[in-house]
Amino acid sequence: MSARHDIAAPPAKEGGAAPARPPATKAPDADKRRRDRLSRRWQRDLRWSPYAFVSPFFLLFLAFGLFPLIYTAWASLHSVELTAPNDMEWVGLRNYTRLLDDEFFWNAAQNTLTIGIISTVPQLLMAMGLAHILNYKLRASTFYRVAMLAPYATSIAAASLVFVLLFGRDYGMINWALNAVGIDNIDWQNDKWPSQFAVSTIVIWRWTGYNTLIYLAAMQAIPQDLYESAALDGASRWRQFIHVTLPSLRPTILFTVVVSTIGATQLFGEPLLFDPNKGASGGPEHEFQTLGLYLYEQGWVNLHLGRASAIAWSMFLILIVIGVINYVISRRLRASS
Amino acid sequence: MTTTLTKPPTPEDAPTKRQGAKAGRAGGHMHAGPIAYIILALFTIGSLFPLVWTAIAASRDNNRLAQTPPPFWFGGGLFDKLELAWDNANMGEAMVNTTLVAGTSAITIVLLSTIAGFAFAKLRFRGRGALLLIVIGTMMVPPQLMIIPLYMVVAELGWTDQLQAVILPSLVNAFGVFFMRQYLVQALPDEVIEAARVDGASSWRVVWHVVFPAARPAMAVLGMLMFVQTWNDFLWPFLVLTQTGSPTVQVAVAGLGRGFTPDQSLIMAGALLGTLPLLIVFAIFGKQIVGGIMQGAVKG
Repeated sequence: MSARHDIAAPPAKEGGAAPARPPATKAPDADKRRRDRLSRRWQRDLRWSPYAFVSPFFLLFLAFGLFPLIYTAWASLHSVELTAPNDMEWVGLRNYTRLLDDEFFWNAAQNTLTIGIISTVPQLLMAMGLAHILNYKLRASTFYRVAMLAPYATSIAAASLVFVLLFGRDYGMINWALNAVGIDNIDWQNDKWPSQFAVSTIVIWRWTGYNTLIYLAAMQAIPQDLYESAALDGASRWRQFIHVTLPSLRPTILFTVVVSTIGATQLFGEPLLFDPNKGASGGPEHEFQTLGLYLYEQGWVNLHLGRASAIAWSMFLILIVIGVINYVISRRLRASS
Repeated sequence: MTTTLTKPPTPEDAPTKRQGAKAGRAGGHMHAGPIAYIILALFTIGSLFPLVWTAIAASRDNNRLAQTPPPFWFGGGLFDKLELAWDNANMGEAMVNTTLVAGTSAITIVLLSTIAGFAFAKLRFRGRGALLLIVIGTMMVPPQLMIIPLYMVVAELGWTDQLQAVILPSLVNAFGVFFMRQYLVQALPDEVIEAARVDGASSWRVVWHVVFPAARPAMAVLGMLMFVQTWNDFLWPFLVLTQTGSPTVQVAVAGLGRGFTPDQSLIMAGALLGTLPLLIVFAIFGKQIVGGIMQGAVKG
């Protein structure tokens, strides 16, 4: 395949010699000039059109990606109010040092971590199991896939509002079911662990099906003869799963872990709408306030844009650290296998 | 005629059948047992039940929702409640707005991603690798980092409450570029481009006559994914469209939940209205969307 690629490549490299008819030596001067001009235009086209094709993305990225990124860093070094965004006062790193002493920041960071873990880990494990089942020969297999994707089509707003009712303390269906098996009413919206569990449930509900499809796609790409030789070696189904399926899925697992981690770090809509007081505090005692929600509270409720910017960059730095850890772990895993 | 139809398959059929049986013994192509079906049924119910219950709750009045056991079947008030939610949340305008936002974003993202993806997949130019790395890197940046300056810019331009404030930032979509690149690397043979070149086609003509036709299936999938994503987007529209002028569906739905004694059944009706258009799309194009997500996963 690479050989074929090389054959196809040279014309492009030589700047569009593709219509390489040798210049007709006997042609009159005018004709030659016209041909030169055409050829120059041709070369210009080949040389610059790739940049023209990628430039819309990069122009938009500069305006709505890179500029905001840098500006947020700049704003995080200032004291700025939402009501007067142009009135900036330089405060150096004070927004960051304040965060270090800010119990609400650490509370939010801890909540983000725990909600992230109890939403991501079960979600990905269930997705893996479901993908394994869907990989069997099934009747009506498309139906299950579409049904599991229905939560993905549901917005955060709609999903969160439904789960608020389902998790209601007095009349919610979940407490009713728990009562039926002899468990007392749980205050899902006000107690720390139940509320974090409930918020995680919304995340799990929305994303398990999507991750299942991604695992399933990766499983279907595993060459069949790997299983056949494992079966010949007498490996049981379970050992085939451990020794063939999981290693082949490693890049996909890494991908889903990274995407889920990014999503968990940014968690915002679910805890905002799950709050019984309709506030940004994430529960009456900040029980399930995430970093995303705390950023919003600082910036849009308390109007401190500078501090909100510092929280935003802290989140980014946390993500970078997680990314590096992820990279190191995956390299270790690769090296050890 | 029937004989000619039935005759040819028989000799070819036998070997394929044997192959199928052989593959069936190994790994991923076994038939599922009853336990697998039970687990799938449970998860299917779990996936669909909250949606069905949204409709059940919307069909009941608030008194019924404040009783145990909670309702398990529809009451009679569904359409009245939907109508009320439609009026209260200004849902008609919100639907038009959201369709405009999601449609414009999806179409623009698909077109920009296709030409950029084509350049990254098939054209050679200096800095291609580095630029592609930047594209992938931007997928990592959390949106919270963007919202503060974007909000300032939008406020400065006086765009608060206007739809372009929602549309423009959503156009930066690295996923789309990457998705189209992965697709075109495989789906578009170099020979076809070369043939067009030999015929003297300029790069733009190649894009128009070769790339777009070849990329059409992936463009459709990406368009649907982007439409869903933009339709459901919450954080940014919630921030710039708060002044209740022209919200998107999600902002309108979230707005129904405000107030100290919210009308739960009305909220459910609004949530249902906001979800229904996408569920209909999924019911019709479910197979293609599933295929698209899986395709993107393997190649990504």
